[in-house]
Amino acid sequence: MTEVVVFCVAAALALVGALGVVVSKNPVHSALFLIQTLMGVAVLFVLQEAHFLAAVQVVVYAGAIVILFLFVIMLLGVDKAEDFAVEPIAGQRPLAAVVGGALLAIGLTVMVVAVDGSTGTSATFDPQTGQPAETALDSIGADGQPITDIERIGRVLFSDYALAFEITAALLTIAVIGAVVLTRTVSRGERLDDLEPASFDLPPVAPHDNQPDHDSAGESGA
Amino acid sequence: MELTTTWYLVLSVLMFSIGAVGLLVRRNPLVMFMCVELMLNAVNISFVAFGADLNDVGGQISVFFVLVVAAVEVVVGLALVVAITRRRSDANADDISVLRG
Repeated sequence: MTEVVVFCVAAALALVGALGVVVSKNPVHSALFLIQTLMGVAVLFVLQEAHFLAAVQVVVYAGAIVILFLFVIMLLGVDKAEDFAVEPIAGQRPLAAVVGGALLAIGLTVMVVAVDGSTGTSATFDPQTGQPAETALDSIGADGQPITDIERIGRVLFSDYALAFEITAALLTIAVIGAVVLTRTVSRGERLDDLEPASFDLPPVAPHDNQPDHDSAGESGA
Repeated sequence: MELTTTWYLVLSVLMFSIGAVGLLVRRNPLVMFMCVELMLNAVNISFVAFGADLNDVGGQISVFFVLVVAAVEVVVGLALVVAITRRRSDANADDISVLRG
């Protein structure tokens, strides 16, 4: 019963936060609602005994990613409220509602009606040896003691998933290089020709409402 | 009342749909990224729920990699937003059309 109460509170937190992200006019409020959602999800992870993921969720997601969002919002000074009264593309919101409703219906059908739980095979026992599998969540260590969540993840991550882990390292390096290249500015004394063409200044563009290029863009793309 | 995997899956579907609608409706690229994070988190919930259901740590490993990819995506995406906003102060998703050659 306690689990049900904890689930309901955490799920309500997460869902209210998710709605808040979408309907907040101010991006700063959206980021704060996102933290609320992430905390709710972290509680759900603890409820499923994924303690390591819960900690990572709080430290990496709430602590790093959302703070990065807030940094950029403050840096760019875009923390002004968005005007929801104007609908940028005619019929966008009804269409989005239709797509969202369809996603919801498909998801509920697949997840609840068709699958209801999972269709895979349980990893409790290794099919070859018949011994308790190392990947099982209730596996025990060599000393007969139950091993902790973080130890189990560590063992599997650095054996079965070692290659994926190494590729992750490469991905992170590429992302850092990409971020530096993208945000680099032309310094004095440096010739513009040495840089990529994206460094050239675009001509000032009129506010997008009366921008004549919009129609021609569709035609030239077609 | 018993807490079953289905509860987590329903929550996951709800969060995913909210994120998808937000991604389609909002025009501020930063808020659109946050909606993508919502969708990724929804999938993470179902990963962990399936993993717990199957008594397999693989679900948690998947969430670990999703976390890393989400961090990478945010870093590159925000760098793009910064680069675009340098050119035009009020960047929104419609302004991506100026990127055409």
